[in-house]
Amino acid sequence: MTISDRLGLADRLRALDDRRVQLVTRPRQWWNGLPKPVQWVAFGAFAVLLVLLPILDPPILSTPDSDFPTVLFIVGVYCLAALGLNIVVGLAGLLDLGYVGFYAVGAYSVAVFGSPSSQLATAYPWLVCVPIAIALAMVAGVVLGAPTLRLRGDYLAIVTLGFGEIVRLTALNSGVLGGAAGISDVPAPPGELADGSRLFGVIDAKPYYWLALGLIFVIVAASRNLERSRVGRAWLAIREDEDAAELMGVPTFKFKLWAFAMGAAVGGLAGAVFAGQQGFINPESFIIQLSILFLAAVVVGGAGNRLGVVVGAILVAYLPERFRELAEYRILVFGLALIVMSVFRPQGLLPSRRRAVELAARQDQVEAGVNV
Amino acid sequence: MLLEISDLVVAYGRIQALHGISLTVSEGEVVTLIGANGAGKSTTMRAISGLRPVSRGSIRFDGQDLTHVRADLRVVRGISQAPEGRGIFPGMTVMENLEMGTYARRDRGNFRADLDRVFGLFPRLQERRTQVAGTMSGGEQQMLTIGRALMARPRLLLLDEPSMGLAPKLIQQIFSIIREINTQGTTVLLVEQNAQQALSVADRAYILETGSIVKEGTGRELLGDPAIKEAYLGVA
Ligand SMILES: Nc1ncnc2c1ncn2[C@@H]1O[C@H](COP(=O)(O)OP(=O)(O)OP(=O)(O)O)[C@@H](O)[C@H]1O
Ligand SMILES: [Mg+2]
Repeated sequence: MTISDRLGLADRLRALDDRRVQLVTRPRQWWNGLPKPVQWVAFGAFAVLLVLLPILDPPILSTPDSDFPTVLFIVGVYCLAALGLNIVVGLAGLLDLGYVGFYAVGAYSVAVFGSPSSQLATAYPWLVCVPIAIALAMVAGVVLGAPTLRLRGDYLAIVTLGFGEIVRLTALNSGVLGGAAGISDVPAPPGELADGSRLFGVIDAKPYYWLALGLIFVIVAASRNLERSRVGRAWLAIREDEDAAELMGVPTFKFKLWAFAMGAAVGGLAGAVFAGQQGFINPESFIIQLSILFLAAVVVGGAGNRLGVVVGAILVAYLPERFRELAEYRILVFGLALIVMSVFRPQGLLPSRRRAVELAARQDQVEAGVNV
Repeated sequence: MLLEISDLVVAYGRIQALHGISLTVSEGEVVTLIGANGAGKSTTMRAISGLRPVSRGSIRFDGQDLTHVRADLRVVRGISQAPEGRGIFPGMTVMENLEMGTYARRDRGNFRADLDRVFGLFPRLQERRTQVAGTMSGGEQQMLTIGRALMARPRLLLLDEPSMGLAPKLIQQIFSIIREINTQGTTVLLVEQNAQQALSVADRAYILETGSIVKEGTGRELLGDPAIKEAYLGVA
């Protein structure tokens, strides 16, 4: 008997859930049934709408208490981070509780190498810093993954949780990383407007939003291709049954390490974009709660399903800005959401088809007493 | 000698599950390893496939030392295992599971022929081609693990309790399929608790008791052995 059965609510909730699932799957079937050109036109229109969003500033969506384009940008950064974490958690099935660490490595790379007031004072432009940020985040992923990915399940979660904190504490206590005071004068992306002012300025956040949006499209397309490749197939096999994957000749350790490195790269990119917009970073921007929010975005949205993950990130980042009263309780609300989801709907709001079956199969095994 | 295991010790933490077992499998044979629950049968299979590190002893395959070769490279060398229980990929379809079987192969050219062979042995899998594997019955999943292992074109096929949890009629069928696979040219190492059936199909057999091999002989010899009859065949 599961916890939900014991609560006695299970049946009603399940009926509700079935209806909601239909609400999700019907549009999906309808969409897949449309002819290709229609799909492209609709997609194009939607993309244009997204681009125009900060200009249209629609009253129901707009945020009364904070600058709407800035909110949209932050939502975009969360989407990027969630898409990266989805490679690790959703595709390869590895529980990473310290993802904020890679995000921080990315942000600090831009600050340390780009800011003229950092101790290093190399003052590289943002465009040079971004590849450095991505590379260092990947290195961090490999350094963390190499010893830990031989472990399974809970160990990995605990070690990654520690990693996230170690990165923050290192930043807090290291002079090169600016300590508690942080680093200012972080470079912004390049570009000038016709009047000679900077494209990526401090007042108007719209260009940053468009940058994030563009990167989201790139990452969505890339991870879609990745998922359908031989690597993606190997991740899927590892996630579904690691021993069986090994028996099919999948070098599981190598591919888990790849998932970690790829996820870290996207996290580092998100951090680099974030640092560029902020212009100033300190350790407080990289607290452990951020890892939990990223994970909540992936799990609540639907691990393994890119669209679900993006929706999850929007919920996690946008709702507290739209409804300011929620902001203070945001960790509480999404922490609770994580717990509720794991009991009633572990596959997320917009699940990937495979995930749903995997979880059902695991449930069967648990009930049959098979050790998994 | 295709497979040669000598003095193999495997431990889980400080507990030894295998206390130095030795066994051999020649090209073309069906060899069975029989033992009660917890005797160490699956542990032996996992050690041969490379899922479990070895504390002492050696595993040789086709004359080469495999003891410290990575698991995925053992598949490339020609060892393929159908794991115990429901070792399928539940979220993949039957076809996708079978495709996973060819993952380690460099020659993907004969995919169709291999698929036809597997569908010939298990017509049910052909009917269920597009079904998501996790929703199939236990027996169908068992067939799928065997079919998937065959897609790797192994020289040595390891089967871990293929008859577990199947109806008597299906058990008969599985054993005749094992014979069929063997006559098609694949060497088989078969782990079983179903001693009657396993001994009838096997050329040679080993009896494993709590991590040690206590008896070996031809299938027929052991079928007639009074001690075996009492312990494993349920006749006094
Ligand atoms: N992961 C593990 N950790 C600790 N001990 C284990 C583990 N797997 C197996 N064992 C122990 O090793 C011994 C051999 O187990 P094994 O799975 O090889 O038995 P088996 O012969 O396959 O049994 P069965 O017929 O029930 O499948 C048992 O005592 C078991 O408890
Ligand atoms: Mg076993």
